[in-house]
Amino acid sequence: MNTSELLQRQSFVELSARARVAQLLDGGSGRELLGPFERLTSPWLALQDIVTQSDDGVVISRGTVDGVDVVIAAIEPAFQGGSMGEVGGAKIAGALELAVEDAANGKPVVPVLLLETGGVRLQEANCGLAAIAEIHAAIVALRAWVPVVGVVTGPVGCFGGMSIAAGLCSHLIVTREARLGLNGPQVIEQEAGIEEFDSRDRPMIWSLLGGQQRHATGLVEDLCDDDVRAVRARIVEAVQSGDTAPARIENIQAFETLLAAIEPDVLAEADKVRAAFEQQANHAGAFS
Amino acid sequence: MSAQAKSFGARWLGALSANAAALTGYPASLQVADGELDQHAARFIAVVPDSASHFPRARQGQVGLAEGWALARAVHDAVAADEAMPDKRVIVAVIDVPGQAYGRTEEAYGIHQALAAAAQAYAKARQAGHPVIGLIVGKAMSGGFLAHGYQANRLIALSGDAVQVHAMGKQAAARITQRTVEGVEELARTITPMAYDIESYASLGLLFRQLAVTGDQAEDLSAVETVRRALSDALADIQAAPDEASQRDLSSRLQGNGREASVEVRRRLRVQWAG
Repeated sequence: MNTSELLQRQSFVELSARARVAQLLDGGSGRELLGPFERLTSPWLALQDIVTQSDDGVVISRGTVDGVDVVIAAIEPAFQGGSMGEVGGAKIAGALELAVEDAANGKPVVPVLLLETGGVRLQEANCGLAAIAEIHAAIVALRAWVPVVGVVTGPVGCFGGMSIAAGLCSHLIVTREARLGLNGPQVIEQEAGIEEFDSRDRPMIWSLLGGQQRHATGLVEDLCDDDVRAVRARIVEAVQSGDTAPARIENIQAFETLLAAIEPDVLAEADKVRAAFEQQANHAGAFS
Repeated sequence: MSAQAKSFGARWLGALSANAAALTGYPASLQVADGELDQHAARFIAVVPDSASHFPRARQGQVGLAEGWALARAVHDAVAADEAMPDKRVIVAVIDVPGQAYGRTEEAYGIHQALAAAAQAYAKARQAGHPVIGLIVGKAMSGGFLAHGYQANRLIALSGDAVQVHAMGKQAAARITQRTVEGVEELARTITPMAYDIESYASLGLLFRQLAVTGDQAEDLSAVETVRRALSDALADIQAAPDEASQRDLSSRLQGNGREASVEVRRRLRVQWAG
């Protein structure tokens, strides 16, 4: 890449959720649902003297991307770590449930999920967990009709129950800055000890959970630069594709074969993990 | 399983499946037994501790890599076997999971994808017309619960201190929210969704029924009968839903009280959806 190309880049990672939506939708096509003036705030944070946000950190917008009807659900990374509370979770689940109804009635709407989230908002624990289960249900239901596109760019990454939501998407797009994993580094360190996982060892964390590694192991479909145009171009392709039912969800046997080869007593290293996935892919054509 | 005492999950699986032989071909931490419920074929599934598991971080009944993929297979195979049958077998997830496995190996090899495969298998079973019932007999924690049971049409819980639902253990929750453990416990007393006890969870309206039976009563015939009757009632309730969509989705969870905001968000979204 030359210098002028670099200078023309616009970071997607640095944008707020609402600005991301504005950049992705075709000009003038966007219509936000339950926007901030609805004043639907978390009923649980206020009880804990935590400042609420008038959209509860989730932006839902209908519109088109290169002419395709979409509904974008964008999680705001700057509010409570992108965590899923009752209201924000219900906004995503409810929008996806309506998309299921529309799809069943012959009006397909493609969901695009911008997943910057630490998972359940612990201040609303069981309400967040319940909402995430409802999001999972709706994603699986939608995939009978339309692709479900997940995007993880950073800065938060995608963790907890929402990493399972990412795993359910038919198409995952990440940047090198993204991380995708079930348990956040601090939680693993707390539960398993610092010898198992040092939550301050950032090179190790990105080497295992980072976008490049997830792409190399077939756990995401697309790796792109942190550039608004690049991210949008990948989304344009993804919303126009059918549900590809990727092997990473469907090929149970391939993963079970892979598991048998793991030595859990040896600390996992990125290159060995890649080699294990590659060997399995060469053997069964499983992951790519 | 080794010499360790049987878990609640293992004991209830045995009681409900009339101690049918567990199916072979699964890891020792996943017990799958075919039995019956109300003269319908039923598959009972439980994740149980295996102190000899190949994966050290998943030896106490957690849902780890092996359990996630094996759960997906156990449910998927039942759906495939019944594909041409008009009467789809009931699937009962017997839930006693202290959480997902926390470990470096687990993250490196994509435990999130393993749990997604399990959640998808349950969701697809439900959408294919299998009545799916989640029976909480012990802990239903976090990712473990999402992968094993939270996709059920109906949820039933036993009672007692050992029956808990939550998103994270107290120590980790304290660290992440920058509070003390005492602070987390204090908040759990007043903020319903932060509580660990099953009564608080029941008040969120997510359960079909809570039973006056405790986890350790799996050998008590009248307790087992109470649970079987509740499973039958749940099955009848699923089949009595007014249309095919509501027989196969999670909409019944929003009919209870306790999650008013979840209902209100959906009501307003519907108004604004079509524009």
